[in-house]
Amino acid sequence: MIKQKLTVPITLLALLMTVMLLAQYEVIDLYIQTIILFVGINIIISSSLNLVNGHMGEFSCGHAGFIAVGAYVSSVLSVALFAQDRIFGAPLLPPQYAFIGFPLVLLAGGIAAAFAGLLVALPSFKTRGDYLAIITIAANYIIITLIINIDKIGGARGFMGMKRVIFAMEDVAEIPWMILWVFIFTVLSIIAIRRFVSSTYGKGIIAIQQDEVAAEIMSVNTNKMKLIAFMLSSGLAGIAGGLYAHVIGYVNPKSFDILKSTEALVMVYLGGMGSITGSILSAILFTLLLELLRPLQIIKWVAIPLLLIILMQFRPEGIMGNRELADIFPRLKKFYRFK
Amino acid sequence: MTVLKIDGLTQYFSGLCALSDFNIKLKAGELVGLIGPNGAGKTTVFNLVSGFYQPTKGDIFFLDQPIDGLKPHQVTSRGVARTFQNIRLWNEMTVLENIMLAQHASLGYGIRDLFFRTGRYQRREQKIRNLAMELLEIFKLTELAEEKPKNLSYGLQRKVEIARALSSRPQLLLLDEPAAGLPSQDVVELIELIHWIHREFKIAIWMIEHQMKVVMSLCSRITVIDFGVVIAEGTPEEIQHHPGVIKAYLGDDQL
Repeated sequence: MIKQKLTVPITLLALLMTVMLLAQYEVIDLYIQTIILFVGINIIISSSLNLVNGHMGEFSCGHAGFIAVGAYVSSVLSVALFAQDRIFGAPLLPPQYAFIGFPLVLLAGGIAAAFAGLLVALPSFKTRGDYLAIITIAANYIIITLIINIDKIGGARGFMGMKRVIFAMEDVAEIPWMILWVFIFTVLSIIAIRRFVSSTYGKGIIAIQQDEVAAEIMSVNTNKMKLIAFMLSSGLAGIAGGLYAHVIGYVNPKSFDILKSTEALVMVYLGGMGSITGSILSAILFTLLLELLRPLQIIKWVAIPLLLIILMQFRPEGIMGNRELADIFPRLKKFYRFK
Repeated sequence: MTVLKIDGLTQYFSGLCALSDFNIKLKAGELVGLIGPNGAGKTTVFNLVSGFYQPTKGDIFFLDQPIDGLKPHQVTSRGVARTFQNIRLWNEMTVLENIMLAQHASLGYGIRDLFFRTGRYQRREQKIRNLAMELLEIFKLTELAEEKPKNLSYGLQRKVEIARALSSRPQLLLLDEPAAGLPSQDVVELIELIHWIHREFKIAIWMIEHQMKVVMSLCSRITVIDFGVVIAEGTPEEIQHHPGVIKAYLGDDQL
């Protein structure tokens, strides 16, 4: 029982400490660190999209729009609050508070993205399937176009200055802050999703996926469940966006177009619809694959879609199908409980 | 006590009259049948009562409260449960999860409890699970709790679907052709099952059925409709000898 409760937390903590120490003493260089950070961010992106596409069975292909909202809202907030900036002038709060303020800023970005999720959630009451998919693409474009047209935050040129917030945190303590934040928010996101879909309440969205009419007649308030699922999914995407913006130190509306949404979709389908562990595995694999294929440059966008075609032909259910790791290796249940 | 009262229920589908001036009163604990040839409008009545359609005209009262205009999930949480002609279980979930999920409206915990796994969450989930297990036990389905419905026989799926409907603890159960697609030995079992549910749960049951054997042996009262119009009402005896009913079922030339 104790083994079951503690194995996962101890492993995670050991992992965090190792990576942070390796980064601290520069055993792994900045490039490797960035890849590790992207793994975490992509885990949030794929598992949050999986909530809608996998668990609820709707087809959202505008996930990048919500990532963009989170990225911009948290970037603008953190720069305005904690950094000297050309546009916003002197920081509104003393920069030494950045390390406390940063998670709150990320959450604010997540909340903003969750409300942007209404753009898709409300039409989903009346529309589903292909028609809803088109609405999600439209939502993605609306968000990107709005950002391009707000000159105050850089418009098409993009927005930068987030590195100064990181420096402000490093002035307080010289540790790899972003590794810590990405780790914490990745773990929290997975816990949130896992708790949601394993509760009878959250299983309402799985009921919608399997038979929406039956869900409605068996007292599931399908509209409310869709609203919650879409807002949770886009909210977590917003947090991933905030982390992404602070890792890169620069955001540009172009990096959140349909190509980014496609990346998220590839991860979900690679991992398996409705499998959280599948989403985690595929996010790791996909991030590494992107880096390995980097020398191919633009050709990698031939290689990756090709991979998707092969996947759909030979294993349409993805790596895990709709099962979790513990379903495939029951012995793991001794070490962790998927509830 | 009147459980369900329908007054002048009329339904048009873009000009086509599917149901015209339908009236019925169901008293508590009654077992009533609704029969008629294919396309007569029987399922339309059920879809209207359970909130899938908004009636063109007429009123539906459940326990003296109007329920027309409510969404299906609201009607269900008031105490009306139903099954479908073609079984609609959640096939990728376990039988137990199917039964537990039918209590979705009365979970008694919120989003915050769910994310923080509060004491209230644990207690409520445990209670829902216990209620579901109890129900499975009295339906003799305990050993199938972890099975997926898609792996069960048609008869067992039917049984699980009825158990799921009862899981929301309704006052009125609507059964839409429960015997459809069942082999004849299973039909005998189904008749016993419905009879037993009626006695055990003491609820009103209203059923649509094509198989005369089922309706005639179970229902105390039967309504017959054809082309959306009620053509006869009465006891099974009366219905069997009603010339209009014979005509509707067998056609003119058979007489």
